[in-house]
Amino acid sequence: MTVLTRRAAAMLVMAVCTVYFLTPLWWLFVGATKSGGRGVGLWFDHFQLGANVRAVLTYQDGIFVRWLVNSVGYTVGAAALGTLLAGMCGYALAKYRFPGREAIFNVVLGGVLVPATALALPLFLLFSKAHAANTFWAVFLPSLVNPFGVYLARIYAASSVPDELLEAARIDGSGEVRTFFTLSVRLMAPAFVTIFLFHFVAVWNNFLLPLIMLGNQKLFPVTLGLYTWNSQVDQRPELRGLVLVGAFVSLAPMIIAFLALQRFWRSGLGAGSIK
Amino acid sequence: MTGPRGARRHLPAIAFFVTPFAALFALFYLVPIGYAIVQSLYKVERTGTFGPAREVFGGLAQYRRVFTDSPFWHSVERVLLFGVVQVPIMLGLALILALLLDSGLVRGKRFFRLAFFLPYAVPGVVAAIMWGYLYSPNLSPFTAVTANLDLLGADLVLWSIANVVTWVYVGYNMLILYSALLAIPPEIYEAARIDGAGVIRTAWSIKIPMVRPAIVLTTVFSIIGTLQLLAEPQVFRSFSSAVSSTYTPNLTVYATSSVPNFHLAAAFSVVLALATFVLSFSFLKFTQRRGAR
Repeated sequence: MTVLTRRAAAMLVMAVCTVYFLTPLWWLFVGATKSGGRGVGLWFDHFQLGANVRAVLTYQDGIFVRWLVNSVGYTVGAAALGTLLAGMCGYALAKYRFPGREAIFNVVLGGVLVPATALALPLFLLFSKAHAANTFWAVFLPSLVNPFGVYLARIYAASSVPDELLEAARIDGSGEVRTFFTLSVRLMAPAFVTIFLFHFVAVWNNFLLPLIMLGNQKLFPVTLGLYTWNSQVDQRPELRGLVLVGAFVSLAPMIIAFLALQRFWRSGLGAGSIK
Repeated sequence: MTGPRGARRHLPAIAFFVTPFAALFALFYLVPIGYAIVQSLYKVERTGTFGPAREVFGGLAQYRRVFTDSPFWHSVERVLLFGVVQVPIMLGLALILALLLDSGLVRGKRFFRLAFFLPYAVPGVVAAIMWGYLYSPNLSPFTAVTANLDLLGADLVLWSIANVVTWVYVGYNMLILYSALLAIPPEIYEAARIDGAGVIRTAWSIKIPMVRPAIVLTTVFSIIGTLQLLAEPQVFRSFSSAVSSTYTPNLTVYATSSVPNFHLAAAFSVVLALATFVLSFSFLKFTQRRGAR
């Protein structure tokens, strides 16, 4: 095979895959611009995206806006705080030797293998006992825990924060906690960004926990809201169009964020996956 | 790393770093697991048909029901079949795409990387709704396909769901593998170049062995994901009558807890978590042993 045919074959595979991955998204975009939620077809007719979006955002006194805000609240809060906590823990596991270190790491690693969905039901029972199911906190607090983040942070801290630097900071009289927040955090920044992004997507996509935990529509994240609309389509046909437009509206910010943050997705990953 | 003597001096700092995560992990991971096990050992007893219900210790009664519950075991078989077919296809495709991106044969790498990764931004629920429409004969733009193939029928719906999962996760797995490929030091390719090894030869005998840990990692995550399958089939229930309320193990847990029969649902959860743990753990051990050879 010549280089040229090889190149052509490689590009053909790439092109076919691009069509496969992007067509559904394109179809959703086109479908969101049509009238009456007739999703058929891959090209525009009666372009009325603005009116459709307005219809979704104002339906039932703007419940959809509420869902979007909830999703952002659950996700950004849990991912930011969760990343910090996982990062601190992973950093301590990498940089200090202390009794119980290996035990903690192994238990946390076991936590990576325990499916989060297996926890949803007992969490619901526990929160019900505390009369706290069906609240914001019932979804938010469990979403803070990210064992895989601890694992990534430990690997990254071990390879990117030199002991000599910490020793030098000690000699300069800097306390351990201050050194972490002024020095180590900066060295670990790529890992922090990666952990944050994965955590963000995981919480944004979480379905079972809110499904089991929440009864009050006003607390739903947008995924659960769309699911509820979609399962009511038979009784309320007007929802069919709203589901498509709502799906599009909920995806748009995520896709824009992905495009804007794409260079960060890789940086912290390499360290975690080669070891 | 600080030695054991330094550790005592730094103990307050270590506690400051570790305690918040450890406390949350204990509260929202360990306690629920323990609680599920406790709940699974109880049962509800009634005096007479309409008498008041009491919770009494039932020993392994719930587990006996789990092991004789044939819909549950059918659903386990179903996700195992799903995993045996879907995971290799998804990871194979992810690996091929990562190798192609890394091979120097492809122009416009940044565009393709992004295009393949974009579906990962789509939550499972939304992806399932979208594909559900695409599969429905009266809504799909692909009428030539949907008119001849009943993608939502009992025979094919499992593979229609497999396609949704593949669509979402190929790019994510590709990115992990591609990052691992980029982390290979370039000196390693020197010898291969001198030996005159071609693109395919280099990929097969150098790149794939070098990214083995990443392949193992993505496989473990995929095994866990498959056994936990929930959002996609749950959404498909409104598109296809072939997807029952016990279609996957997790759907069974959800359906049982909505009855509500929390004790039995807890037993299902425990068995499922244990099976997932054992399966992913033994896969890790198996690959480690083979890797050490």
